[in-house]
Amino acid sequence: MATQFTASTRTDDLPEAMAELAGEFHALEQKDRLQLLLELANDLPDLPERYDGRLGEMEKVDECQSPVFLAVEVDPDPERTVHLFISAAPEAPTTRGFAGILHESLDGLSAEEVLGVPDEAPYRFGLAEAVSPLRMRGMVGMLGRIKRQVRARTTLDERQ
Amino acid sequence: MTTQTDPQSKLAAYSNPERLVSTQWLAEHLGADNLVVLESNEDVLLYDTGHIPGALKLDWHLDLNDQLSRDYVDGERFAQVMGERGIGRDTTVVIYGDKSNWWATYAMWVMSLFGHEDVRILDGGRAKWVAEGRDLTTDVPTDTPVDYPVIERDDRTIRAFKQDVLEHLGQPMVDVRSPGEFSGELLSIPDYPQEGAMRGGHIPGAKSVPWGRAANEDGTFKSREELEEIYLGEQGLQPSDDVVAYCRIGERSSHTWFVLTHLLGFERVRNYDGSWTEWGNSVGVPVER
Repeated sequence: MATQFTASTRTDDLPEAMAELAGEFHALEQKDRLQLLLELANDLPDLPERYDGRLGEMEKVDECQSPVFLAVEVDPDPERTVHLFISAAPEAPTTRGFAGILHESLDGLSAEEVLGVPDEAPYRFGLAEAVSPLRMRGMVGMLGRIKRQVRARTTLDERQ
Repeated sequence: MTTQTDPQSKLAAYSNPERLVSTQWLAEHLGADNLVVLESNEDVLLYDTGHIPGALKLDWHLDLNDQLSRDYVDGERFAQVMGERGIGRDTTVVIYGDKSNWWATYAMWVMSLFGHEDVRILDGGRAKWVAEGRDLTTDVPTDTPVDYPVIERDDRTIRAFKQDVLEHLGQPMVDVRSPGEFSGELLSIPDYPQEGAMRGGHIPGAKSVPWGRAANEDGTFKSREELEEIYLGEQGLQPSDDVVAYCRIGERSSHTWFVLTHLLGFERVRNYDGSWTEWGNSVGVPVER
């Protein structure tokens, strides 16, 4: 627990947008962190039309308590820009908030930058105490799946 | 002054009709003296998106569970949790929540471990209130803290530990999980995170009665007649039976504990909160598939 706490305030190994967001959370009191998480939940963009009715083709995040569906697109540009599409029910604002954090932090980054995000990054937002550590598992699962999809998409292309 | 009960006829048929209120009753009694409304959800942020005016949040994990050992809060912490919400020992507390009141009944069960007398469940929970288009607000009330006495938790009457269940084998037991969890095919609730049980199956002799059978589509409880048909008629349980209910971590079985105890008047129902996440990981306990 003590080690985790020490690690939780470190942001220098995170992508810029993620480090900024982590800093914003840490600057707030516990109660206000929940409000910020709620704002991120509300700001999670809707899926673009091309994903209409295609939830079944998206990856389901089993680590979350409520259904969450995830799709990752990687552009063919030199940076291999990553785009995230996440769908989560409004009745599950915590899960939506986690999705919002990841979207805000990672969408538009290069594949290399996304793959470089530490797996324990979800614990860097000071949220474990506000929502209980038990609930953080969903965000860890989401990040793991995003990275796996990015990895799969980039290595697949290299083979071609 | 004791808050009057809801005279609605569906409720009057239950054994303890004073334990349940309708959305209509609550709407009419919001703001009454010595009445506190609590919202208890699976999702810790759902309350913050909008809640019944005047209601306060009670989180099952942050407020009711001990943060270090796998147990409930002690008397001192419980007194603090109640007191800071303006709840005194004689306050009428109405609890509602998401997921057909899983966490609301769980909260009531924990409050009952501390012997809080007047706790009621909102029939249909959050979903019914929302579906009826009733008022919601994001304003969080600032209640004046009151003194709640430090009460010793009673773990003997409505709570069962693993050892109690071992001694109970052969007597009535209800497994309220989904059929797939009961058969051992699934190790967690469908669509839920893997909660890490090493073995799948159920406690030998347990009857499979998924909790949801006691609820209607809109989250309200089924009528007394319908409930009797399931638990007495089909399962052959008797109100005089000594019954243990369990699920995965004790939340869904709180729902069934409520149904058997307060709606059907069973005399002795214990919730085994260790449930499958304890039993399915324990060395040397019998498992049936």
